[in-house]
Amino acid sequence: MLAASAFFAGLVFGIGLIVSRMVSPAKVLGFLDLAGRWDPSLAFVMVGAIAIGVVAFGWARKRSVTLLGTPMLLPQAGAVDGRLVGGGALFGVGWGLAGFCPGPAVVALGAGQPKALVFVVAMLAGMLLFEFTERMRARAKAPLPIQTAATE
Amino acid sequence: MTIDWTSFTPWSALTGGVIIGIAAAMLALLNGRVAGISGIVGGLLRPSFPDFTWRVAFVAGLLVAPILYATVATLPPIIVESGYPVLVIAGLLVGVGTRYGAGCTSGHGVCGLSRFSLRSVVATVVFMIAGFATVYVVRHVIGT
Repeated sequence: MLAASAFFAGLVFGIGLIVSRMVSPAKVLGFLDLAGRWDPSLAFVMVGAIAIGVVAFGWARKRSVTLLGTPMLLPQAGAVDGRLVGGGALFGVGWGLAGFCPGPAVVALGAGQPKALVFVVAMLAGMLLFEFTERMRARAKAPLPIQTAATE
Repeated sequence: MTIDWTSFTPWSALTGGVIIGIAAAMLALLNGRVAGISGIVGGLLRPSFPDFTWRVAFVAGLLVAPILYATVATLPPIIVESGYPVLVIAGLLVGVGTRYGAGCTSGHGVCGLSRFSLRSVVATVVFMIAGFATVYVVRHVIGT
């Protein structure tokens, strides 16, 4: 049931990205190019999405279970830290370079755009790099360094 | 600032945005999850994650969307101007950055701002400024 609802949410999300035309990097770059011929469309996408989102998350916040009766697992408020700001900056540079962010890239891949495939593979590699460095960090912090390291 | 009136599509942008909002509402109210694409995709790379199934299902929905859309209407053009080396660098930066920054345009920009999350407001301001600055440098400093 949760898989079915997630599938339909993904499907609707993708259709929204197509209808809004944000699936095209050229459109996104038109928004990010303030000094050139500026296309404000992306701001309208945000306004439309947030208008619905405010109502939906306001409702979800008041509930401890979902409409399907499963636990509500929305994130808790956290502190602003260097990782958030640094990560956001790196993402913004990558976004500005090609005009792709994760959602539109996956949808463009589904549309058979070969350049989206290259972007998504590189993005997955970047995410794996993060997983790897996180694991190294956790290992460095571990109270007992792993004895089996000698056998590696 | 010059507005590009020929490219500006306020109605399709607003309509598409509302559809994206509905999708985020579905995932929040039915699955109790935030529709952050980078988090959903990134979670797939952790094999120990218990909720592998719904993540795969959501990504499958994203991939099927253009195929289904194309059966009833013409897909809008997907114009990628960047060459392959730039796409690789951009992809790596987006991958690493969204995981360290715990979100992207959907998770922080749409869902986080809708939840009035301070972290998401900060992240959105940072990646927007970085995006504006990058396009400025690429198009108006290097490009000229």
